[in-house]
Amino acid sequence: MSAELKGFLLVAVLKILVVFTAINVGVMMVIWLERRASAWMQDRLGPNRVGPEGVLQSVADGLKNILKEETFPVVGADRLLFFLAPAMSFVPALLTFSVVPFAAPLPGFDVTLPLLGRFTYTGPISMVVADLPIGFLFIMAISSLGVYGIVLAGWSSGNKYALLGGIRSSAQMVSYEIALGLSLVAVLLVAGNVTLSDVVAMQQRSVWFVFALTVGFVLFVVAAFAETNRLPFDLPEAEAELITGYHTEYSSMKFSMFFIAEYSAMMTMSALMATLFFGGWDIPFTPWDEQGPPSVGRTLATLGVFFVKMNVFVFTYIWIRWTVPRFRFDQLMQLGWKIMIPVALAYIVVVATTVYTLEALGWEVGPTYGLVLFGVNAVLLGALLFGLDHERLILGARQRARMAA
Amino acid sequence: MAIGVKVVRRPDSVSYLRATLKGMTLTFGHLFRRKVTMQYPEEKSEPGWSLSPRWRGTHRMLTDEQGRAKCVACGLCPQICPANCIKLVPGEDEDGHRYPLIYEIDEFRCVFCGYCQEVCPEEAIHVGVHYENAEYDRGRFVYDLERLCAQTHPVSSLWDPADPRGE
Repeated sequence: MSAELKGFLLVAVLKILVVFTAINVGVMMVIWLERRASAWMQDRLGPNRVGPEGVLQSVADGLKNILKEETFPVVGADRLLFFLAPAMSFVPALLTFSVVPFAAPLPGFDVTLPLLGRFTYTGPISMVVADLPIGFLFIMAISSLGVYGIVLAGWSSGNKYALLGGIRSSAQMVSYEIALGLSLVAVLLVAGNVTLSDVVAMQQRSVWFVFALTVGFVLFVVAAFAETNRLPFDLPEAEAELITGYHTEYSSMKFSMFFIAEYSAMMTMSALMATLFFGGWDIPFTPWDEQGPPSVGRTLATLGVFFVKMNVFVFTYIWIRWTVPRFRFDQLMQLGWKIMIPVALAYIVVVATTVYTLEALGWEVGPTYGLVLFGVNAVLLGALLFGLDHERLILGARQRARMAA
Repeated sequence: MAIGVKVVRRPDSVSYLRATLKGMTLTFGHLFRRKVTMQYPEEKSEPGWSLSPRWRGTHRMLTDEQGRAKCVACGLCPQICPANCIKLVPGEDEDGHRYPLIYEIDEFRCVFCGYCQEVCPEEAIHVGVHYENAEYDRGRFVYDLERLCAQTHPVSSLWDPADPRGE
């Protein structure tokens, strides 16, 4: 084996291990954070017993769930699919993070280890497990596989409520996936590339896309909430109606797998929001992080910044969950099909026109370019929110009653 | 309509955005509020809250100066007990003083009504202001006389009809 190949393998294996571990530990932390934050929002304390401030609560829960008895529904259940479903929602949730760049590149190395020989890696090591050229298309593809886990869990349980949850989730995820994909087309138009590291580089050159593509960001956030089945779109679970929906029949670690899948999907979506719209690992107001040769200090600093950005969105997920009540199913579908998709389509036309005009004028991608786009977006966002608000597009129960009368 | 219900007229047009943002500020503000949770095993009361002196918990038998149970085995408490959880076998010494040979209360059967304390002419048996009763064994929930005498927790003040609010 040549030194280059060994170096490559070492880097690849290390990156996979680190990211996999980080996500799993992160999921445990996020579950703990969710329980603490929800408790604080309700003036309670939340789990604070296991470990300092209760951070090890999820470890205790995981241990409990591994040791618990597993139950199988006997009547009308499909054993094989019932067994497979948790894995089918667990794997895609973990897989999606592999294309997200999480820090500035590390410098290459040339070391000789005892017994193992020489390892070399020339050029900067990109801090992403797989810098796929198809970028966020891969995420779209894999995250939509997550719906199979939920639908099959609902179907194979042989339980009415679980089935209803599964059906709801398939309808919901299919409709919001369109809006999610369409909102990303705008990113593609401005960045000119789907590779996430290029999207980050583009934002470092101009402005963060949250300014250049504000409406796209709003659409993406709403669709991402629906895709991850989080409140106000958690209809597949809907405790009050469906006894937690698709995972009603699941117990012990299988139930935990759905839980981990939900939270890691949430983390991936937060990472995507940070990467696509908030500059990824870019440190704002300083060119220090993207210029000059790669260094370890820069990698750590950008990693920290990325971590903070991602967790802001994770917190927003939790914050929204404990603020906004659940939608009714027809409202959910109305929002998805009658508002999100048409708005996203119209938005693509507007962004494409603006980008085309700017390029025809011979403007280079840069801060001014971004500001022009921001101006367009501010007008659009104002019009959109004004149009949606005050029961103009979404009918409240009162208005419906008034119209019926 | 029930008395005292305040009807708030809904505004004709509601801003969803404003309502959502208001809601989010509210939930965010609650993050930093004082928490109402009492951390139970460490804290058992806090300023403004403690267990009511009228709480009727597990029993306690009061004793006289010589450490003997005050009970004279009159049999009123097993008679009035609605749950039939008191077992009393009376005895009599050479001076003619009656005392309980066996006095057992099955705390599992007890409904904690406090009638035994109310009916006791000697103010011997009491229900206590006490609630931590965990045991490893079902049998341990039948409290015998020795155990009842050994309890030290405060006794219930019960409800006084002359002073219904406990003032």
